[in-house]
Amino acid sequence: MDLAFTEDEEDFRHRLRAWLADALPMLPDRPHPADWPGRRAYDCGWQRMLHDAGYAGLHWPKDAGGQGATPTQHLIFLEETERAGAPYVGAGFVGLLHAGPTIAAEGTPEQRARWLPPILRGDEVWCQGFSEPDAGSDLASLRTRAVRDGDTYVVSGSKIWTSHAEIADWCELLVRTAPVNADTPKHRGITWLAMPMDAPGVTVRPLRTLAGTAEFAEMFLDEVRVPVTHRVGEENDGWRVTMVTLSFERGTAFVGEVVACRRVLEALARTAKANGRWDDAVLRRRLGRLAAECAALWRLTQWNVSEAQRTGGVPGVGGSVFKLRFSQVRQELYEAAAEVLGPDALDAGQEWVADRLSSLSYTIAAGTSQIQRNIVAERILGLPKGR
Amino acid sequence: MNGAVDFQLTDDQRALRAGMRELLERRFPRTRLRAVVDGDAERGAELDRALWRELGAAGLFALRVPESAGGVGLGLPEAVLAFEEAGRALLPGPLVATELAAGLSGALAAGAVQGETVVTALDEEGAQVPVEHLASADAVLALGSTAVELIPAAEVVRAAQPIRSVDPATPLHRTAPPRTRQDQAGPGRSGIAARLRREAALLTAAQQLGSASRTVELAVDHAKRRTQFGRPIGAFQAVQHLCAQMLVRAESSRSVVYAAAVTEGPGDIAAAKLLADEAAVHNARDCLQVHGGMGFTWEADVHLHLKRAWVRAGQWQCAAAAEEELAAGLVSTVETCL
Ligand SMILES: Cc1cc2nc3c(=O)[nH]c(=O)nc-3n(C[C@H](O)[C@H](O)[C@H](O)COP(=O)(O)OP(=O)(O)OC[C@H]3O[C@@H](n4cnc5c(N)ncnc54)[C@H](O)[C@@H]3O)c2cc1C
Repeated sequence: MDLAFTEDEEDFRHRLRAWLADALPMLPDRPHPADWPGRRAYDCGWQRMLHDAGYAGLHWPKDAGGQGATPTQHLIFLEETERAGAPYVGAGFVGLLHAGPTIAAEGTPEQRARWLPPILRGDEVWCQGFSEPDAGSDLASLRTRAVRDGDTYVVSGSKIWTSHAEIADWCELLVRTAPVNADTPKHRGITWLAMPMDAPGVTVRPLRTLAGTAEFAEMFLDEVRVPVTHRVGEENDGWRVTMVTLSFERGTAFVGEVVACRRVLEALARTAKANGRWDDAVLRRRLGRLAAECAALWRLTQWNVSEAQRTGGVPGVGGSVFKLRFSQVRQELYEAAAEVLGPDALDAGQEWVADRLSSLSYTIAAGTSQIQRNIVAERILGLPKGR
Repeated sequence: MNGAVDFQLTDDQRALRAGMRELLERRFPRTRLRAVVDGDAERGAELDRALWRELGAAGLFALRVPESAGGVGLGLPEAVLAFEEAGRALLPGPLVATELAAGLSGALAAGAVQGETVVTALDEEGAQVPVEHLASADAVLALGSTAVELIPAAEVVRAAQPIRSVDPATPLHRTAPPRTRQDQAGPGRSGIAARLRREAALLTAAQQLGSASRTVELAVDHAKRRTQFGRPIGAFQAVQHLCAQMLVRAESSRSVVYAAAVTEGPGDIAAAKLLADEAAVHNARDCLQVHGGMGFTWEADVHLHLKRAWVRAGQWQCAAAAEEELAAGLVSTVETCL
């Protein structure tokens, strides 16, 4: 066990810190959350700055255009950018954490050349079209169909909860290419496609979230034509490709937010000191307990990352353990915040009220807590398959 | 380049842990544990001196003692791994106090390294915690706010009252209110009491972690074997989810206990004790639930894990103290646990 950094890593941290100090003041003002074109420009602008400074795709392999950094360097990068208050990956999320790594791992040389550089430069934005109105947790039961017509797939169906659909150029789309029957179980007939969002037949209808904003959307696909060359992996082998994708999602996707939790907690403690709530021992101790939870989340992250480093970069099952704890702690944090802030907790104009609302999605998005517990029980603990 | 932050155990650390587990399986198997808790109320929990010596010979108390002083010369991480195994096996005895005493000088500490001397502890700060295994001990490590003193156990026994301990393997005595003691700390030694308290909290947390991981195994084993409604109960999601949450608790506390062993930071140690206490107590409860009626019997080991977890949760840094320490860390500019 060794939690010290090497000289190289310390060096990396210092260079990054210095760069952030210069770069962040050059950023324009943050756009309003409802200003989608503004958000796209802002997030892509930041990605472009990272790219030009040699930080784009830090943890991607070198032959995919990335920097080939170790998991530890990636961890340092996420920690430092969050500490410095740099923009979150935002619109780049699916491209950088999901679709990109999947294409890098499973795509042909042509596909890698076509799609990876624009993701790294911040030129193209991706979204994720997995969930459907009748297939969320039971993702493999999806029904959106793709029928082969010469060298194109003709896609019809609908997707839902698609984050950033309004500003995306590409969609990583799961479609059914073989019907479900005795020979083809539902997991087998799925194919992974890259669908251009401006193709005729694609309609995006924003959905209003409980926070009052439109973060995700419904997508209607009416005979959308997608070239066969846009298929990543084999036909009907999309489920395996998807599992590759999901392991990336659960790997390090939340590192920055763990750092953010600690920052929020410190800010809350300062607020409580200022408004007198700190004298309430019950509340004070509650914040102390949350500090322990933040510490555990951070150590768990280090544990998972050093395990990944040992096993060659594949995020392990520890991701589900982490996600369960993290999503719970994040919600508890904002419950405690409401107690610190008293009547201000009802003022939706306050930034942290929006964060409190958005924290409600963490136990649902990227696999609900119930599904994560199923995964832990069956895949880690080896309990019999349940129902 | 070589990545550094390597939180994983080294090969030597794995070997040490395996060796400790093997020793305990051989010398303190479940039958031995049951003999301790099923023995007659008067003598049953008396400490097994031969085992204590064997633990000493195996180096349990000497792990952190410098080689120049006849010890193994390792650090807190190694001690934590060994104590985790002790917690897993529910090894009884004042392990923490004896380990701390082995690192001190003075006549009364003399045999602690080899396991010849049994040392228990009396923490005179904060709440009055009962003293464990006082009747079996040779000496008492008394910690005042800054004073550190070893007292012959006989001296303490005289003014102490035995209580019927909730944990059948941990006899407890209530002691008289602390007498004000001359501060024994000489120049340059004033931080010793605080340091010993932190180490005690961490080693106690390590035992809680061992117990918390063990109850996950017990619950999972039982859930695989016991059938109801024509299938193993582990196929029922309600049971699966209890087990999954147990693992989450155990692994979260493991990460922070191990980190605290490396950093030795007061905040990390407070977090470790807090989360390990919670993991041990709640995992034992959930394990009991998974065992159904069997879980409520004397015969199942689950209650032993729960009762020991209760005892340890009250020792050294209890929840309130740990939470206050962590809260203070939030508003000080000095410390951050991240
Ligand atoms: C903010 C946000 C952003 C999202 N972004 C995207 C995106 O960009 N792209 C995308 O494809 N999807 C996205 N999703 C969808 C997300 O992945 C799904 O919402 C999630 O997987 C749950 O599916 P569902 O909503 O259909 O709920 P359901 O599957 O209908 O679940 C409803 C309830 O039943 C429980 N449940 C279901 N099955 C089981 C079971 N087997 N055992 C126990 N309990 C069960 C669930 O835990 C939940 O409590 C997003 C969701 C949110 C909230």
